[in-house]
Amino acid sequence: MNSQDFQLFGDIVRTRSGLVLTEEKVYLLESRLVPLARRRGMDSLEDLAEEVRRHRDERLLSEITEAMTTNETFFFRDNKPFDIFREVVLPQLLETRRAQKSLRIWNAACSTGQEPYSLAMLLKEEAAKMAGWRVEIMATDISDEVLEKSKAGLYSQFEVQRGLPIQLMVKYFQQVGEMWQIDSSIRAMVKFQNKNLLEDLSNLGKFDVIFCRNVLIYFDQPTKSKVLSQVHKIIASDGALFLGGAETVLGICDDFKPVEGQRGVYTSAINGMLAKTG
Amino acid sequence: MPSCLIVDDSKVVRMVARRILEDLKFGIVEAEDGKSALDSCLEEMPDVILLDWNMPVMNGIDFLRTLRKSQGGEDPVVIFCTTENDMAHIREAISAGANEYIMKPFDRAIIEAKFSQVGVI
Ligand SMILES: C[S@@+](CC[C@H](N)C(=O)[O-])C[C@H]1O[C@@H](n2cnc3c(N)ncnc32)[C@H](O)[C@@H]1O
Repeated sequence: MNSQDFQLFGDIVRTRSGLVLTEEKVYLLESRLVPLARRRGMDSLEDLAEEVRRHRDERLLSEITEAMTTNETFFFRDNKPFDIFREVVLPQLLETRRAQKSLRIWNAACSTGQEPYSLAMLLKEEAAKMAGWRVEIMATDISDEVLEKSKAGLYSQFEVQRGLPIQLMVKYFQQVGEMWQIDSSIRAMVKFQNKNLLEDLSNLGKFDVIFCRNVLIYFDQPTKSKVLSQVHKIIASDGALFLGGAETVLGICDDFKPVEGQRGVYTSAINGMLAKTG
Repeated sequence: MPSCLIVDDSKVVRMVARRILEDLKFGIVEAEDGKSALDSCLEEMPDVILLDWNMPVMNGIDFLRTLRKSQGGEDPVVIFCTTENDMAHIREAISAGANEYIMKPFDRAIIEAKFSQVGVI
């Protein structure tokens, strides 16, 4: 691929999603965009680039962006954050929110749904402690394709074997041919919506808990800061932010500080209830 | 080094599983049916058992029920690994005392995920 075309595709993807494609990603770009070009009846990436330059068709630009995102995910990814949520964050929120009896959770960049459904199953398992509570799980992603898959809640044999304890699978899944579908009772707990993290997030409302994992890692530093400061505006002052294993706020955004002793969890630098658990 | 007993009548499956589990730092013992697996357990209880369902002489579920009634047989973590991939079999395995369940075909990612889920790696 020539460097003008690489730059063209790189710019589209970066400005629309925040995803940074470095030169060594040429191979990835080719392997993902060639099938897209073929589907649209074009023979090569030069043709695709030409088409983009000529029409700048919104749908095509979105498809290019979506094709370049990494959607890898699995149930209860890394385990530990979910343990911390169940054992530390949730008990505190049940205490501090006992008057309102309401909890709002946002799963940003939810990919194919394993992460929000893990949270939903976890909450279902804790339901005895939450009688009369209103719990909302909002799950968003930039890609309509993964959101469709999320809503269907249908997973392959391979997917249900990554991270999902067998006891939960037996309890909350049904076999549908070769696939496994998560119960409608769990699906009903999660609201899916398309949301680009680079856009204004303020219309989502305030959240007590935010899971934003394994997406900032693909952004450059200024984009990370921008997204995190937006996230800060919509998290409760005593809320908890969960980032991925290779992500941090340190040196990127002063609005958050790490919760001592709880890896991957951050809270507002000003108020943060979790700080005292240290 | 933790030990894992691989019980499967297929030599190929035992070999593939052995390779993956040796990389995960398990000491490996093999058995080709439930009966010889029981003999092996009576000699020395392993920490983990990777267990096929359909085998000659004694199948996996009968082995598991017998194991869980034997002295010290409550201890090993038992992970089924079988082509029986329907809910009825999975439920039966859990009620017989299985800790996890792998549906074949398996690969390294699945073995690692399941072993870490039950806390043995
Ligand atoms: C690797 S997945 C992470 C999924 C899940 N959070 C996890 O940790 O397993 C990254 C997801 O981020 C989404 N994504 C990428 N850029 C985005 C953006 N600008 N806004 C919202 N989602 C984005 C991708 O579509 C993809 O589904």
